[in-house]
Amino acid sequence: MKDQADGYVTADGRQIGPVVMEMKNITLRFGGVEAIKNISFDIRQGEIRAIIGPNGAGKSSMLNVISGFYVPQEGEVWYKGARRPAMKPFQVAQQGIARTFQNIALFEGMSVLDNVMTGRLTHMETSMFWQSIWKGKAEREETENREVAEKIIDFLEIQAIRKTPVSRLSYGLKKRVELARALAAEPSILLLDEPMAGMNVEEKEDMSRFILDVNDEFGTTIALIEHDMGVVMDLSDRVVVMDYGKKIGDGTPHEVRNNQDVIDAYLGIAHD
Amino acid sequence: MPEQLAFTIEVFLNGLMAGVLYALVALGFVLIYKASGIFNYAQGVMALFAALTLAGIVDGQVPFSHLINAIFGTDVHHFGWNVPAFVAILLTMVVMIGLAYAVQRLVFRHLVGQEPIILFMATIGLAYFLEGVGDLMWGSDIKSIDVGLPQGLNMWIDETTFNALGYGFFIDNLDIVASIIAALLVVGLVLFAQYTKQGRAMRAVADDHQAALSVGVSLNFIWILVWSLAGFVALVAGIMWGTKSGVQFSLSLIALKALPVLMLGGFTSIPGAIVGGLIIGVGEKLFEFLIGAPFLGGATENWFAYMLALIFLVFRPQGLFGEKIIERV
Repeated sequence: MKDQADGYVTADGRQIGPVVMEMKNITLRFGGVEAIKNISFDIRQGEIRAIIGPNGAGKSSMLNVISGFYVPQEGEVWYKGARRPAMKPFQVAQQGIARTFQNIALFEGMSVLDNVMTGRLTHMETSMFWQSIWKGKAEREETENREVAEKIIDFLEIQAIRKTPVSRLSYGLKKRVELARALAAEPSILLLDEPMAGMNVEEKEDMSRFILDVNDEFGTTIALIEHDMGVVMDLSDRVVVMDYGKKIGDGTPHEVRNNQDVIDAYLGIAHD
Repeated sequence: MPEQLAFTIEVFLNGLMAGVLYALVALGFVLIYKASGIFNYAQGVMALFAALTLAGIVDGQVPFSHLINAIFGTDVHHFGWNVPAFVAILLTMVVMIGLAYAVQRLVFRHLVGQEPIILFMATIGLAYFLEGVGDLMWGSDIKSIDVGLPQGLNMWIDETTFNALGYGFFIDNLDIVASIIAALLVVGLVLFAQYTKQGRAMRAVADDHQAALSVGVSLNFIWILVWSLAGFVALVAGIMWGTKSGVQFSLSLIALKALPVLMLGGFTSIPGAIVGGLIIGVGEKLFEFLIGAPFLGGATENWFAYMLALIFLVFRPQGLFGEKIIERV
């Protein structure tokens, strides 16, 4: 089914579109260590794509390659049908790829609303001059962006803490605010780095629900990293499995679950 | 009203005015420190450089004239025109933005991720370099700046207080104007940081570099922006000091007075820089008037600020408005 060029229909009836991002033979080295070894995979329009693997498999490195924080030594990144030249992380963000971080990178000194508004920065085009004068276009733009931010705040059910400084929030709420900020950019691809790491069961359920809702409501393409197998299998449409920097599996959760290499990587293998 | 009290109030007011100038220099420090973690030792020299440039442009001086004359054997000094103050200020601002760009491009871009002490050393180098360039560009003679700011005794205050209290306060017009401009500057900066796109990006960078990158903010651009803003603040401070006491190279020493101001106010707080500056200004004038001159033989203004800063370092190292230092295990 995934061989169809223009997409496929998922088990629950969602239409998945054509390939929006493709990683071709990516190799990333840190000194002599190969964190990613010749990996290729693609992300399709509207799908929830998971990258899983044991600790140290290179998942986060892969996400950092996609978001431009790392530049791979070999391989090509294709985005929206064109090869992406090496660029800075902020340029990648301006191209419509938003992300969250494993260890939460929020603006601690700002309120929740201000944090979400920074997600709108790439959508503000008024020049500094008009911004400083704060009339006409700048004012209109601020109002429009504020509306989008408020919509997302409502959607993720964080209205009650809109004005709270982020530093005062609990871990689970911070994760949600970070999701809100990334979502505020109305990204073509949303990258989530371990969105459920360190959460309790209830928070994980909330987060899973939000991820599904975001995908459903806005049709956002989501690529996420997670090492909780159970969560990933429920959420994602297709899964890439990494181990020691190599790709050992790629397919639907069902296919991956029955892949012998994957089972070995997760459960250990008897070496003789 | 007893004369002693009237004197004290007058000294207090004059202290406030002096404090405004300290605050302006400290403000430039805070802007750069917040956004990039660089303690810019060169802030005072930037004020000097801005004042030199302004004075030079107004006079129609040929920049680098000594150098040009030495190399080509010519004898050029002045273009022979005077530039109106307003135009000269704009031109100086262009020079300061160019300087900000050059500093970021040639120095700090190559030092991203280095230890704070290395960045600090770079700014010391920058301070001496800039002082040298200023000298080479405009010559080392003392210049005066006159951009049309009112100066001298404010008659209205003098007369009003004389009629009401029987003692006329001596307040310099320039000090009043300086205070108003400084207040406008601070309000403007706060509004800019709070409500504009670039201001929001600036606060984002001040808070977390990684996160700022992930929302599409170019760190380079923001750093050039804050160095330009610091250059603008330096220009304002340079105009005030230059008008008051002439543009001379000792102007760069005012940077040292900004240090105790920052220790008082906290390195990361714009209101802190202002309040710290006012406290130091008022504190040293009042101390001199009430204790220093009568009991300690005077000249306490030279060390009072540093002593106050030392006391603060012992009891409240983060300053009045600085971020709390919390150590978690």
